[in-house]
Amino acid sequence: MLLLALLFATIGVLAGGPNASAEAAAPSGTSEGGEGVRGTFIDKKGTRAPGDDVPLVDVEVVITTTAGDEVVSGTTDEEGIIELELPSPGEYIATVQLDTLPEGVGLAEGAEVRPFSVDPNDTFRLNIQFGQRERETSTKLDQLPQLVFKGVQFGLIIAICAVGLSIINGTTGLVNFSHGEHVTWGAVAAWFLNVDHGIHLVIAAPLAILIGAATGALTDMILWRRLRNRGVSLLAMMIVSIGLSLAARNVLQVVFGETTKAFRDFNIQIGHDYGPITAVPKDFWLIGIAILALVGVASTLQYTRIGKATRAIADNPDLAASSGIDVNRVVLFVWAAGGGLAALGGILFAVGERVQFDTGFKLLLLMFAGITLGGLGTAYGALVGSFVVGMLIQTSALIIPTELKNVGALVVLILVLLVRPQGILGRAERIG
Amino acid sequence: MPVADTWMEPVERTPGCSKPDPILVADGVRRTFGGLTAVDVGHVEVQRGSITALIGPNGAGKTTFFNLLTGFDEPDEGTWTFDGASVAGIPAHKVARRGMVRTFQLTKSLARLSVLENMKLGATAQRGEGFFAALARPLWSAQEKDVTERADELLVRFKLDHMRGEFAGELSGGQRKLLEMARALMVQPQMVMLDEPMAGVNPALTQSLLEHVKALRDDGMTVLFVEHDMDVVHDISDWVVVMAEGKIIAEGTADDISTNSLVIDAYLGSHHDAPLTEAEVQAQLAEAEAAIAIEEGRADDV
Amino acid sequence: MDWRLIFDTALTQGFGPQAIVVALAAIGLNVQFGYAGLLNFGQVAFLAVGAYSIAMGVDTFGLNFWLCVFLALLSAVVLALLLGFPTLRLRTDYLAIVTIAAGEIIRLVLRAGSYRGTTGGAAGIQNFADDFFEINPFPRGSNGIGFVDYSSSDLWVMTVGWGLVAASCLMIFLLIRSPWGRVVKAIREDEDAVRSLGKNVYLYKMQALILGGVIGAVGGMIFAIDRQSIVPDSLGTQRTFFAYTALILGGSGRVGGPVVGAIVFTFLTAFTDTTLRELVENNILDKIPLLPSDLLVANEVGIAVQILVGLGLMALMIFRPQGIFGDKREVAISARR
Repeated sequence: MLLLALLFATIGVLAGGPNASAEAAAPSGTSEGGEGVRGTFIDKKGTRAPGDDVPLVDVEVVITTTAGDEVVSGTTDEEGIIELELPSPGEYIATVQLDTLPEGVGLAEGAEVRPFSVDPNDTFRLNIQFGQRERETSTKLDQLPQLVFKGVQFGLIIAICAVGLSIINGTTGLVNFSHGEHVTWGAVAAWFLNVDHGIHLVIAAPLAILIGAATGALTDMILWRRLRNRGVSLLAMMIVSIGLSLAARNVLQVVFGETTKAFRDFNIQIGHDYGPITAVPKDFWLIGIAILALVGVASTLQYTRIGKATRAIADNPDLAASSGIDVNRVVLFVWAAGGGLAALGGILFAVGERVQFDTGFKLLLLMFAGITLGGLGTAYGALVGSFVVGMLIQTSALIIPTELKNVGALVVLILVLLVRPQGILGRAERIG
Repeated sequence: MPVADTWMEPVERTPGCSKPDPILVADGVRRTFGGLTAVDVGHVEVQRGSITALIGPNGAGKTTFFNLLTGFDEPDEGTWTFDGASVAGIPAHKVARRGMVRTFQLTKSLARLSVLENMKLGATAQRGEGFFAALARPLWSAQEKDVTERADELLVRFKLDHMRGEFAGELSGGQRKLLEMARALMVQPQMVMLDEPMAGVNPALTQSLLEHVKALRDDGMTVLFVEHDMDVVHDISDWVVVMAEGKIIAEGTADDISTNSLVIDAYLGSHHDAPLTEAEVQAQLAEAEAAIAIEEGRADDV
Repeated sequence: MDWRLIFDTALTQGFGPQAIVVALAAIGLNVQFGYAGLLNFGQVAFLAVGAYSIAMGVDTFGLNFWLCVFLALLSAVVLALLLGFPTLRLRTDYLAIVTIAAGEIIRLVLRAGSYRGTTGGAAGIQNFADDFFEINPFPRGSNGIGFVDYSSSDLWVMTVGWGLVAASCLMIFLLIRSPWGRVVKAIREDEDAVRSLGKNVYLYKMQALILGGVIGAVGGMIFAIDRQSIVPDSLGTQRTFFAYTALILGGSGRVGGPVVGAIVFTFLTAFTDTTLRELVENNILDKIPLLPSDLLVANEVGIAVQILVGLGLMALMIFRPQGIFGDKREVAISARR
């Protein structure tokens, strides 16, 4: 265990270290006055001329939570302006009540519903185009470099989350449906350390990774090892993992709340143009840390004793056991490593975006797509597959609506199973 | 040495030799896992109505060859015919319906089905196995009665009738081997393929199992079985085919084989003279598979 | 504490329309998991297909209600074919992964603003089952039976719903006692053995997946009809696992298991939910020393129930996989394999 802690402390320091220099570039938003939403509704008549603009009066807007519960509603004034206060930062959905629009004014299909998220002490600009002004827009292909850049980042993060899931599957045969909660837990633990206890993220993140690793190890010691020793079937264990996922996700919802939250540090950064892409400094740090961590995983598997033992067990548990490898010890290591990596993945995701109680569960489905694509139970397959899935999700925004981008990845999962069920790097299964 | 027939006397003692009346003929069957060739059989024939043993050291590819012939695995290339018709590339269940039924090295008794249900499952062309017909009992009740009768007869023959209503999971290891063999007979096959029928069976039951295998031949069936133990092979087989490193290296009667230097070389170092426990078999199987994995260069893949 | 209210609510729910939905979903899972050993983690996808076929059929496309019922069944068959085709030749964990993903895909597509005109988006679709309630033979008003009290429309939904539950159970009873059932149960034990005996395992697995899915879709229809409303977020993945909990509670691989399980499950969750609400409303928790004052607030009761369900599912699977009425012997046998 001590060794493990040391290992993760090292990874943590590696992961945290470079962040320190990025700190200076991270001013946080400080405007006072609570959260709100503001919009000006103007019918631009579909022309270039601002002269014929007409403000839309008495248009009702309803704000609901993402779960559909109404939060607040209001109507526009004579200038077409609407201002509403929100109870807390987080994700909301604004819906323009179509029946309150004046005659002859319409909206593109679906444009009346606008999901948005609001930062602490921030006001969201509800910008809805009525009779959009004609103008030149960038072609879709111009967005490609930016999307590829985002895809690299997202793919690496999924890969970090998924590699633990895949190695656990490889060594124990279990598809762990509660792996997503390990991811969320890492990010949530870091958030509490960072925001509640005021510990800088550079320190909080490695601590949270340690907590994640310890949690992974604990779940194995308390639960999974006992089930393995009792000869509980994998089928039953998968259902147990689902129960654990359901319970843990709801516990997280109680302790963390329903809203999405961001870290105190590296929250808001100023973007710069780098050729065809726009990026904030943390984007590069995320990619760098992710690559470093993955190189760490690969070297551990390749060159350390425990890594070699892990591969041996994944290849053939019986043989590994008969050749003197302590399978339980290696599996414990794998759970600790899986938990720590999941925590790292969760933290990286939360730095790039935000964290919510079900962030990990949403990512879990993408991890599944990734590890199936790469070959269930393989480590390097999981990396490659997850990377491809992340890239695919981001670039698919070119052709499908953003809200459906995850759907595309899941469709790919099914197609992969049809064409090459063993995945990119998996080997064909032998029967009998 | 009991020999039912004298067909083998004129047959050449060379790998891939032709038999007077082959029921199974395989040609150029190759199966590779990554870089390693697990099976590479040029030509082999199995004489109809004989008991043929397939022997070889661990990792020789015997079980893989079995899996290929019975449709449980797909070869890289190769053709084989059963009873004159090609069965290459045909799914496992259709191979069984053609009359070539196999058993497994690690018994696959259906634990939470009764012994009788295990048996009845083996009967083919049951009308009540169709989804809609299943709902209408009168359509299949008469056939079910016949099937039950046949199952009961076989249970008596295999001395399992006293366990008729028990869950198959309650049986001992040897009884499961018997049940699996009896269940295979419910399919009414022309050829029975037994994968290590004696593995994990206590010595008291071994003799009874051997008698049952001989009885299959006496009933006109062809038997092909995989075995480690030379003594067992010597006892009951009419013909022995030896595999090593995926290839067939020798053929002949048990007597020919026991003096064949190639075979002795291939076996050297492996404990072929002691019956193996199931755990040992597992470990050896694992060893073989690991060897394959390493050869494949998958060592750097978890 | 109003114990009368707590028991009445729990009992009313335990036999009410919600229990029917859980029962049908669990009966479907029983065919797939209990008998055929298939791990369908996306039963909610079939519920969604049932619910939305009716809602969209009537509301969006203006079709006849009864035609939509037929289309719902047909759609469930198609969905089962789509999910089964790539996965049923593989290990069952692939089915689990693909089905849990499919459940989420369907929910995400249904709530997407892009297709709002067709699906109703996040707000869902309301008032589409008038044809069903038009033929309600029960008189208006509330109808009490002993402790429990149902509205006339609830009674109508319950009559049809429990009728469908009974019909499904009868069908499964007949199927499982037939040679078909023998093959399916054998596949659960070891599919290679079944294959070696000349049975087309893939075909049987597909049939079991379809049958279970269609029964799940019937549950989805009851779900939508009962409330005359369907919103995508009521079809989250947890609904599948409520049904699993009910199934294992009652005993998987038994014809009546999912029905008993659904009643007990719905009773227990309603009981817990109402009890917790009463505790919170009467500030009873605050009076217990050592408990933190903000341990549970009213809007967290639903979450607390889900935590308990999750823990309950784990505990059942670990300590009583045969269910509350099950036979220990079967478990011992399957553990020995």
